[in-house]
Amino acid sequence: MNYRTYTLDNGLQILAECNDQAHTSAFGFFVRAGSRDETSEISGVSHFLEHMVFKGTPNRSAAEVNLQLDEMGSSSNARTGEESTIYHASVLPEFQSDVVELLTDIMRPSLRLEDFETEKKVIVEEIMMYADQPPYGGYEQIMDAFFGDHPLGQSVLGTVQSVTELTPEAMRDYFRTRYSPSNMVLAAAGKIDFDALVTSVKQQCGLWQNFEASREPVRPNFNSGFATLHKPNSHQQYILQLSPGASMENADRFASRVAATILGDDAGSRFYWEFLDSGLAESAGVGANEYQGCGSIMTVVCCDPEEAQNNLSRMKNVIQKAVEDGVTEKELTMAKKKIASHILLASERTETRMFSVGTQWLNRQEFRTPEQIADVYANVTLDEVNTALKTYPMDDPMTVVIGPRDDLVPA
Amino acid sequence: MKQQTILTHQFANGLTLIGQPMPWLQSAAFAISVPAGSRYDDAEKIGTANFLCEMVQRGCGDHDSRQFVEALQMMGVDFSSSAGNYHTHYGGALIASELLPALGITAEVLRRPHLPAGQLEEGRMVCLQEIAATSDDLPQKAMSRMKARFYGDPDGRDSDGTIESIQAITLEDLQDFHQRLYQPDGLIIAVAGQFDFNAVVDEVGKLFDDWQRNPSPAVVETPPSKGIEHIQFESEQTHIVVGFNGCTYTDENYYLNRCAIGVLSDGMSSRLFTEVREKRGLCYTVFASNHSVKDNAGVFCYSGTSTARAQETLDVIVEQLRELGNGVTAAELKRLKIQIRSGLVAQQESCRSRANAINSNWFHLGRVRTLDEILENINAMTVDGVNDYLSKHPPADFSLVTLGSEALSLRDVEPV
Repeated sequence: MNYRTYTLDNGLQILAECNDQAHTSAFGFFVRAGSRDETSEISGVSHFLEHMVFKGTPNRSAAEVNLQLDEMGSSSNARTGEESTIYHASVLPEFQSDVVELLTDIMRPSLRLEDFETEKKVIVEEIMMYADQPPYGGYEQIMDAFFGDHPLGQSVLGTVQSVTELTPEAMRDYFRTRYSPSNMVLAAAGKIDFDALVTSVKQQCGLWQNFEASREPVRPNFNSGFATLHKPNSHQQYILQLSPGASMENADRFASRVAATILGDDAGSRFYWEFLDSGLAESAGVGANEYQGCGSIMTVVCCDPEEAQNNLSRMKNVIQKAVEDGVTEKELTMAKKKIASHILLASERTETRMFSVGTQWLNRQEFRTPEQIADVYANVTLDEVNTALKTYPMDDPMTVVIGPRDDLVPA
Repeated sequence: MKQQTILTHQFANGLTLIGQPMPWLQSAAFAISVPAGSRYDDAEKIGTANFLCEMVQRGCGDHDSRQFVEALQMMGVDFSSSAGNYHTHYGGALIASELLPALGITAEVLRRPHLPAGQLEEGRMVCLQEIAATSDDLPQKAMSRMKARFYGDPDGRDSDGTIESIQAITLEDLQDFHQRLYQPDGLIIAVAGQFDFNAVVDEVGKLFDDWQRNPSPAVVETPPSKGIEHIQFESEQTHIVVGFNGCTYTDENYYLNRCAIGVLSDGMSSRLFTEVREKRGLCYTVFASNHSVKDNAGVFCYSGTSTARAQETLDVIVEQLRELGNGVTAAELKRLKIQIRSGLVAQQESCRSRANAINSNWFHLGRVRTLDEILENINAMTVDGVNDYLSKHPPADFSLVTLGSEALSLRDVEPV
């Protein structure tokens, strides 16, 4: 395993974890562009742009992009979040130069009007698909309520209206503020011919113009409160809570993630015994989300509507007890075992390795091997976990409840 | 492709152990199938296998409920279980050194569960929660209804059961089901990853070879109803499932059918993706895949589409299914083969994928297809062969399930 890097003159970095024993190769463009970079007029543009990247360039039509990806046997996809857009493809090593040529080409999309208007319909269908799924818009609502005016509160998909009103020109303007070569990386893992990769990328991307792409890491004023989204034909009741958590920069983020595992993973956590083993909830979990400059902890419980009011109280009590009394050495040991196992299993897949390389750059411009990351977790102490619980006590959350109940009140 | 060795050991009581070493990994995975699936549930008490799967984990051997969960955590095993049609499945992936202990504790679950009366009602509530979860999962609800109509009973059975059937199940029902159905004849243990097969054979022998076999009971079959069903529900999208005859794993045409359905649905240049999503923007999700329950198989096509456009989506899907009957092109087959090859190579990175695959192979075929063999079979497919198959077995006689605020018509498109 060999970690190699190269930076073009225009700031584009190539980061590759090269493994000659691997039988596949994975590549991805990781761009610092997400819903937090949008204004309300262009809400959904990062995600729509993600779709449009696959819809053709000056050199190839949308149909040709699809055809060629399939001809390489590529397993490819893309995703957009609050802070990043990721485009990735995994292929057999013999297709390295083909897939790199295609990926670098599509990162300068044409945004042709006909393709734009057709793909708009696909995105409207996607919005409707999620509207039919739990938590029925509850996630967008709680992010908006929790973050208030801060851009992290903006919806990734946008609304039917904001997406319908988008134009190729607005998208082009947005592209020119974010898709700078110094604001993205090309990550690779698996069986990589690194020298050939550098040559290809220099040839294909060497003329990309660098420009500054800034992002204001303004600290949010987190909101707390309680809101109801009434959905009469849902069978289950969904409870979402958001509280402040560790940011990507905070040193205590590892201890906080361990705390979230002990408090709310799906096998043996405090939430597991309180809600899942007892059959009081269908699902119940706690997870940390880290952003640039801030973070959150999300709690989700899904249950029978009749049990929802009691569950709100139970959630409060379980969290309060963990924060006040701390967790035990035994719980810490079990959490570490689970995390170590998870890291090992993930490290065996080439695609996961590529994601790790790219995501680590997005988050902190660094690279640590799975072994190094496993070590960090192994060294987390009980004191650090209990301190993290007190630092992020989840005692005044923003709560949104979604489902047939319209009479629930805070615990 | 890396070296593929399949090792097997047959125990006298009918239990089969299969292993595929993947020594380049540091992990291992196991996939265990007990021949105690929902097809053996009493017709009034569907969900028994599922309820039992929940209850056997509430204390077993020397471990009470909490000790069992803690033991799994200390092994760091990502443990999963589920009740299927023919089997109840137990499996996990973990660091290689914990494989034998994980098999040990799973043996306790299978052979010496406590089935504590004091936790019966908690277990029942967990089952009811699973039913409620499906009620809010509209695509799954539509697909579940299609399988019920298409296969009849018990092949099309939903292992979760219903609220009524779960409420009817007693502790005695669970004890009886366990005693009769949890036995070694037809039980499959598959392991993949890093392990010493001789050591695994020894351990599995210690854990299971004194287990008495019991013959699997006969089941009463109810023929399929097929046809058209609409589930009225106020939703943004209409969820559509179209079904037609597929191929079982033992069908001589299995690979020909695989290629035909691959052209229809694999990859972004496939027919359904291109015609329904790319060209017309009618949906976000559209796919078709071959599904099999041992002796029965169907191809099920799904799409979710806004209600106003749902009839058009259905029309386009049906048109594409009819068109497939006219054959595939050389270019389509060529790129499908490369996609399949890529997928097979990627499978070598995951011991969990291989453990599940070899387990399933054994059940359906009585042997394991190595990745090399699958690749050979795929490469042997020709355009003429696939098209000959399609001309004799064109997609036809469609069943339809829709879920949404308006029913749809299955308009018969005349064959060209």
